[in-house]
Amino acid sequence: MARASDATTDLGRVPALSESRGVRAVLIAVAAGFFLLFLLLPLLVVFVEALRQGLYAYWAGLTEPETLAAMRLTLLTAIVVVPINTLFGIAAAWAVTKFNFAGKNLLITLIDVPFSVSPVIGGMVFVLLFGLPGLLGPWLAAHDIKIIFAVPGVIIATLFVTSPFVARELIPLMQKQGTDQEEAALMLGANGLQTFLRITLPNIKWGLLYGVLLCNGRAIGEFGAVAVVSGHIMGLTNTMPLHVEVLYNDFNFVAAFAVASLLVMMAFATLVLKTALEARAAWKYPTLP
Amino acid sequence: MHKRLCVAFVAGPLYLLVLTSAICAETTLLNASYEPTRRFYSAVNKAFAARWQQQHGSRIVIYQSHAGSGAQARAVSFGLEADVVTLALAYDVDAIVERAGLIAQNWQQRLPDNSAPYTSTIVFLVRKGNPKQIHDWPDLARPGVGVVTPNPKTSGGARWNFMAAWGYAMRHYDNDERRAREFLARIYGNAPVLDTGARGATITFTRRGIGDVLIAWENEALLAAREINPDDFEIVVPSISILAEPSVAIVDKVVDRRGTRQAAEAYLKFLYSGEGQQLAAEHYFRPRAKEILEQHLERFTKVELMEIAAFGGWKQVQKIHFSDGGTFDRIYGSASATK
Amino acid sequence: MIATAANRTCTILPGFGLSLGITLTYLGLIVLIPLSVLLIEGADAGAAKIWSELASSRALAAFRLSFGAAFLAALCNAVFGFVLAWVLVRYRFAGRRLMDAMIDLPFALPTAVAGISLAQLYSTSGWLGYILAQVGITVAFTPLGVLIALIFVGLPFVVRTVQPVLEELDREMEEAAVLLGASRWEILRRVVIPPLLPAVMTGATLAFARAIGEYGSVIFIAGNMPGYSEIVPLLIVIKLEQFDYPGATVIASAMLIASFVLLLAINLLQARMRRWQGG
Repeated sequence: MARASDATTDLGRVPALSESRGVRAVLIAVAAGFFLLFLLLPLLVVFVEALRQGLYAYWAGLTEPETLAAMRLTLLTAIVVVPINTLFGIAAAWAVTKFNFAGKNLLITLIDVPFSVSPVIGGMVFVLLFGLPGLLGPWLAAHDIKIIFAVPGVIIATLFVTSPFVARELIPLMQKQGTDQEEAALMLGANGLQTFLRITLPNIKWGLLYGVLLCNGRAIGEFGAVAVVSGHIMGLTNTMPLHVEVLYNDFNFVAAFAVASLLVMMAFATLVLKTALEARAAWKYPTLP
Repeated sequence: MHKRLCVAFVAGPLYLLVLTSAICAETTLLNASYEPTRRFYSAVNKAFAARWQQQHGSRIVIYQSHAGSGAQARAVSFGLEADVVTLALAYDVDAIVERAGLIAQNWQQRLPDNSAPYTSTIVFLVRKGNPKQIHDWPDLARPGVGVVTPNPKTSGGARWNFMAAWGYAMRHYDNDERRAREFLARIYGNAPVLDTGARGATITFTRRGIGDVLIAWENEALLAAREINPDDFEIVVPSISILAEPSVAIVDKVVDRRGTRQAAEAYLKFLYSGEGQQLAAEHYFRPRAKEILEQHLERFTKVELMEIAAFGGWKQVQKIHFSDGGTFDRIYGSASATK
Repeated sequence: MIATAANRTCTILPGFGLSLGITLTYLGLIVLIPLSVLLIEGADAGAAKIWSELASSRALAAFRLSFGAAFLAALCNAVFGFVLAWVLVRYRFAGRRLMDAMIDLPFALPTAVAGISLAQLYSTSGWLGYILAQVGITVAFTPLGVLIALIFVGLPFVVRTVQPVLEELDREMEEAAVLLGASRWEILRRVVIPPLLPAVMTGATLAFARAIGEYGSVIFIAGNMPGYSEIVPLLIVIKLEQFDYPGATVIASAMLIASFVLLLAINLLQARMRRWQGG
């Protein structure tokens, strides 16, 4: 069966099996132009602006105490959020792909909800719940528990926004793999935990890593949801993306783009790891359904 | 292999976390301020921390939160744990007193000059060359002039703007309140957008190119005209303006709970010190200290200034003009479709 | 694909209770309860407030902009995304691998970073903004800027949805069409593109759903002028900042309902796609 990915150059001799050279060239040019315009240029701008006043100003922008605090909060958020959502993803994927039950499809849809909702709404719902004018506000204030305008709020909002990522990678993968291997293991005498660790986990490891990678990327980069709950306390509740906005609105362009360049490099690392994982696993993981 | 990968995955970020963390114990203060003061307090905090280290041998870290002054007052009343508030007007501090009882009733007398270590005023920022020929308050009411000013419900600067315009109108129309209201309605009718804070309005005007004139804090206008875009903007000083006194206060309940009263008091006193006043002047605020004001006179235009006391003080003004159903609601409801 | 085990309602696999319990508890706490609170508070605002909020000219303009620009951006991404996917799958050229890897960049990049870099790029002093200003086009701080930002944000969706389908496409049909004497254009039109259309639609709908709620990439380049260049998420944030919680909940509830509808539409489209592929 001839695959579409077979080289087209030799097929170009059969005229109707591929577009003419001219058309090909035009299409490639259009694609490249679109790519350049919408992907490469914005990236370039970040680094050009960050280095506009030289390496020293760039470094100074990155090492301001408030910027370092923002980096700490971003790291903390990622460290807390990613494992929790990984566990959730595994549990959800297990429940949904290994068993059959009424409402399964509804559950799968529900898992996807945070992905399709505006991040501003994702943050706002927690302000409604935990903010002082909100539902639990007075109770929290009475017990001196701070969620909104404090770090827990930032973490909870990020949990909401990144919750589907691991599950969405695992579900199609585990659906494809079915339950035969697990059942065989059970019949051979393994208990549940052993089955999971020795059979399932190795099968899903690349998908799992992939989902963790995407979850991490989003946890680091989340802006809208966190902007609503954080209170913008510089040095305390500003994550790196929020701090970029603060610096930018204070006309501190070099520092803003310097921090942005750091985030770009992290995004690059995500992409590189993603490509490496795909090469390793020899099939393409969907970033999207 | 997997184990090592997992360990590296977790240990790496943790290591970075610890590395960048402050390891030694320290005092921390949270200063809730209004929008235009970010750079100023950045400098103040550095200088104060250095002095504190010298005098007490221990570290102090001051965190900043900036938002519209009214919004900030609400946030503090609602639980934002600020040790000090440095807001745009005395009323917002009073609002915290009334709403949540977090500050002592006599806060304004605890520090010199009515607890306002520096003052400012309201001026206009226009595009270079002043193409719309804006020279004074009546020009803002002309049809076809886009006026940028923040929302008085959330911004302190916005309320100073409003009262400066009101003061002009009252004088111009011989205390005829109806005509003054019409005048202000025309000005706000010319406003395409009301930002939540003064800095937001500055960005709307200078960066997004909206409007022909920005009614701004003098310090914001000077910052924009001198440092940010010197080639694009110029300052126009109206014939009469208002003496704006941003107020500072310790949040008593918070400092007593956190044990930071001594540090907070020292911090606010620092604003009145020579170093603090010098920093204020450098950031385009009018210092109280006469000698330092003299040194920077060239940047502060002489202008006739009204005082809020002439209007009955902020409590009165807030009730009449900015409470629900007050003057602003009446004129803005009719002037625009924005809610 | 459907393993026989999945059709049985009883199975020897353990952990159902535990995994379902964890899933439902977590989803309930983090997703369901907060969203329900939003909808309840939105409804609580009362019919009069709901009407006055949603029908206000400011909200209507914001909805028009958010949905309109998202629609145009999705359309743009459908066309160019298809071209990109085609070029990446079917052609060989220098830099193809790099291009392929970087398609996901808008997905991996923090939205605030995208926002400030696009705002800088298209401002009148930026590289592209300056060139466009020479021909009289202003992008930054106009609805056009919103469109550009949304195109950026939606870029990966169509490409990544079409690529796998294109790769799996059986060349035999094309070869048969050649043997039957069809021209290249006819083959494309009748054999190749039809099976790809569901994927394009799915990708475009995903891009649309993402674009209506997009905040960080847009607020820096949009003018944020009410009635003209203000998007719905920003309107919600402004209402929150101004403590108009009822107004914010009403508008957010409307957006939430729109997102649900889109989510259902996407699921339906994907189910159709899977059926078509026989998988």
